[in-house]
Amino acid sequence: MTTVLIRGAQLPDGSATELLIEGGVIAERGSGLSRSGATVVDADGLVALPGLVDLHTHLREPGFEQSETVLTGTRAAAAGGFTAVHAMANTSPVADTAGVVEQVASLGAQHGYATVRPIGAVTVGLAGERLAEIGAMARSRAAVRVFSDDGKCVHDALLMRRALEYVATFDGVIAQHAQEPRLTEGAQMNEGALSSELGLAGWPAVAEEAIVARDVLLADAVGARLHVCHLSTAGSVEVVRWAKARGIRVTAEVTPHHLLLTEQLVADAAAPYLPRYDARFKVNPPLRRDEDVLALRAALADGTIDIVATDHAPHPIETKECAWQEASFGMVGLESALSVVQAAMVDTGLIGWADVARVLSRVPAEIGRLDGYDAPFEVGSPAHLTLVDPAGRRTFGTDALHGKGVNSPYLGRELPGRVVATLHAGVPTVLDGELRDASEVSRG
Amino acid sequence: MRHLLTTEGLPREQALAILDVAEDMAEVATRAVPKLPTLRGRTVANVFFEDSTRTRLSFETAAKRLSADVITFSAKGSSVSKGESLKDTTQTIAAMGIDAVVLRHSASGAAEVLAASDWIDAAVVNAGDGTHQHPTQGLLDAYTLRKALHGDASRGRDLDGVRVAIVGDILHSRVARSNVWLLATLGAQIHLVGPRTLLPVGVETWPVTVGTDLDEVIAQRPDAIMMLRVQQERMHAAYFPHEREYANAWGLGDERLARLPADTIVMHPGPMNRGLEISARAADSPRSVILDQVANGVSIRMAVLYLVLSGSDTREVAV
Amino acid sequence: MPARTVLQQADIQRALTRISHEILESNRGGSDLVLLGIPTRGVVLAERIAANLERFEPGSGVVGSLDVTMYRDDLARHPTRTPSPTRLPAGGIDGKTVVLVDDVLYSGRTIRAALDAIGDLGRPRAVRLAVLVDRGHRELPIRADFVGKNLPTAVAERIYVRLGETDGEDAVAIEGEGSGS
Repeated sequence: MTTVLIRGAQLPDGSATELLIEGGVIAERGSGLSRSGATVVDADGLVALPGLVDLHTHLREPGFEQSETVLTGTRAAAAGGFTAVHAMANTSPVADTAGVVEQVASLGAQHGYATVRPIGAVTVGLAGERLAEIGAMARSRAAVRVFSDDGKCVHDALLMRRALEYVATFDGVIAQHAQEPRLTEGAQMNEGALSSELGLAGWPAVAEEAIVARDVLLADAVGARLHVCHLSTAGSVEVVRWAKARGIRVTAEVTPHHLLLTEQLVADAAAPYLPRYDARFKVNPPLRRDEDVLALRAALADGTIDIVATDHAPHPIETKECAWQEASFGMVGLESALSVVQAAMVDTGLIGWADVARVLSRVPAEIGRLDGYDAPFEVGSPAHLTLVDPAGRRTFGTDALHGKGVNSPYLGRELPGRVVATLHAGVPTVLDGELRDASEVSRG
Repeated sequence: MRHLLTTEGLPREQALAILDVAEDMAEVATRAVPKLPTLRGRTVANVFFEDSTRTRLSFETAAKRLSADVITFSAKGSSVSKGESLKDTTQTIAAMGIDAVVLRHSASGAAEVLAASDWIDAAVVNAGDGTHQHPTQGLLDAYTLRKALHGDASRGRDLDGVRVAIVGDILHSRVARSNVWLLATLGAQIHLVGPRTLLPVGVETWPVTVGTDLDEVIAQRPDAIMMLRVQQERMHAAYFPHEREYANAWGLGDERLARLPADTIVMHPGPMNRGLEISARAADSPRSVILDQVANGVSIRMAVLYLVLSGSDTREVAV
Repeated sequence: MPARTVLQQADIQRALTRISHEILESNRGGSDLVLLGIPTRGVVLAERIAANLERFEPGSGVVGSLDVTMYRDDLARHPTRTPSPTRLPAGGIDGKTVVLVDDVLYSGRTIRAALDAIGDLGRPRAVRLAVLVDRGHRELPIRADFVGKNLPTAVAERIYVRLGETDGEDAVAIEGEGSGS
């Protein structure tokens, strides 16, 4: 097992320390540490963050291996500083049985780039008709705690109520993809003057807000825990803020792209030389207005929104090289997430690195009931951490992408920050800014 | 002009140039042999992913009057039903050696995506993309309006102060969008009328006035009234209760026709639902220019094909 | 390289007067004569010749314009030309003697296009060609019947015809001699 000595890193709280990692855990911390044979990482000027935890990742395996696999997706995760990902259930077969979730979890363990925590489907086949084998998945070796039909909304109010009640038995949580299906039939982009001008069917904010409102009331009524996926509108923020003030047990996530990008990317009147209808910007929920971005940032800063989750959604090239309406929804996000959060939240002065650690590691682990992230950098804690160079700037290109998808909205854009090293359970998955080979990682 | 993709942002001078060239093209139609050798040796591909016999025939006629060769790809019974994409289809056709693609597609923005891509080199003419644009329709409507108002003295004139009402399903209408931007550029005052459910969100940001009362519009004596087609699929999607109620509120029936000033022209992009958005009497009345629109469509498309296929090399050359 | 003026206003006027006489002479009078100017300056010249004819023989100055843009064979190699209107006299051109009028005769391709255009518009009894300047370098077997001035040039040179109606003054100038610019 690798021994790693990190010198001179600054912890999220601002203090500096040396860290000795051995046997997969933080073995010693302090100053003047040494250990013969250790891989020494000079972290001077770098920020040490706890290993990032993504509550919303599409790994596509099984079934859509042309888009992503557990291996390629976790490599992308490691490159982005993540040590744990929650794999969404919309695979083929759908992760609605113990067999599928165990398979996905064990693939993750076998490759070693990141802990893979499968998310179970709420309903059989994501069909929204009857509950999936929630108990069996919860009791399986994968110990599923998060359940979601993501990609589809659990729109039937009765089914949603039952799901909320049922998962409470296993200390689970329903992660709702809040999208009223009838209000979004054929919807293509945020509803507003721009969608009307472009002739793209509008995706009204109310289609999200109505479900968020209904679900927090349901969660209140049955006393269960609710997690809202990828909040995208100022109105949703208001609903969640109200619910939290009432004491309703709701948590909410925002994606990096909703913190930085707006609908203007579909057609920017200020930049008429840019091609319009570039399907790289097509995502569910859609990119919204400036005022929504500002509301989401404020909500993340004040805790109304609990976490950032990537909604990493890789797609093959051909599903984006086409007319907008024919393109798939989704963006890859694991490799760019930390940089985007730095650009939108840290460099703007809205939050500090301790908050980054909170919204990208501790709280998502808590929501997912993932152990090992509650006391990072303490001696004896699992060594999940990432070293970031916040002063680094790069033009984001396909060379930064390590999954199968190249559908990143940031290609060609300059982003701050760079992941220099990632350690998953003490095993370096990224060193000197380079992803390590699968053979090295799986050997530990 | 490299491509014609949208009327939004089309400069006034360029719009007028197209209308003026169309005047010359219209003259050709009156000859014994209505044909020009201009595009001899050029190949125009009509690539229709969506059925539209009228538009396809109009472009085909235009290309043939300019002596271009025309090949037609139509999605029905083709490989598109087997999942072939816009990229593969257009690249396949381009490999046969073509100079312009006339593209009809059900997805908004398809023509812009094709023009911005490096898939093909050919000029792209948008012949209707989803609910976005149908620029040659806007141009032929502007031409028809100008001709109706100025006759033989049309050349070089814009539509300054001309009052046009566009009535019906604005939300889903590429004809409305094409007309709004173009006619506004040419100086017309545009008023949109329809049920609230069929007016786009954010329409107040367009260069138009908006209302829901057709009778009020008629009382204001517009220079032209353009009735939009009501698509069959809208009738069962809760945009309005039923056809009769739509016809009563927003149809140009005989009674409204009688109240319309004698010099207000009646337009319709076709195909018409007689008895729904327009009565047979209104469609066939002397104020109707609906068949002129069809004839003018050929002239406009000749002008557009000429302009996108000439001067591809912009070097100055001594004469 | 500065332009060198080769024809002054008086030279142009004299040349047009001579051409007018030659047209009447070869046509044995002014009957069934139609002058068609090729835009832009050919139309101006045709109108001036027509005015002369009208003075010499009233009723003979029938004039129109013939745009040849759509008949050119070099569309892709030139910047897009916006066509000018074609205006035929009320009597048409069938059975008439059409005199095409242009400012400069060079490769002959414009006249070739004009002959094609005429063919689509009617069937004249005969077609003649009048030009103010013939600068040589023909690429087609075409010859002018009436020439204001033969002006041997190098290919690299440019000829500028300026007329009062379009340019504010009458002059023919040559530019780029020997410099190739």
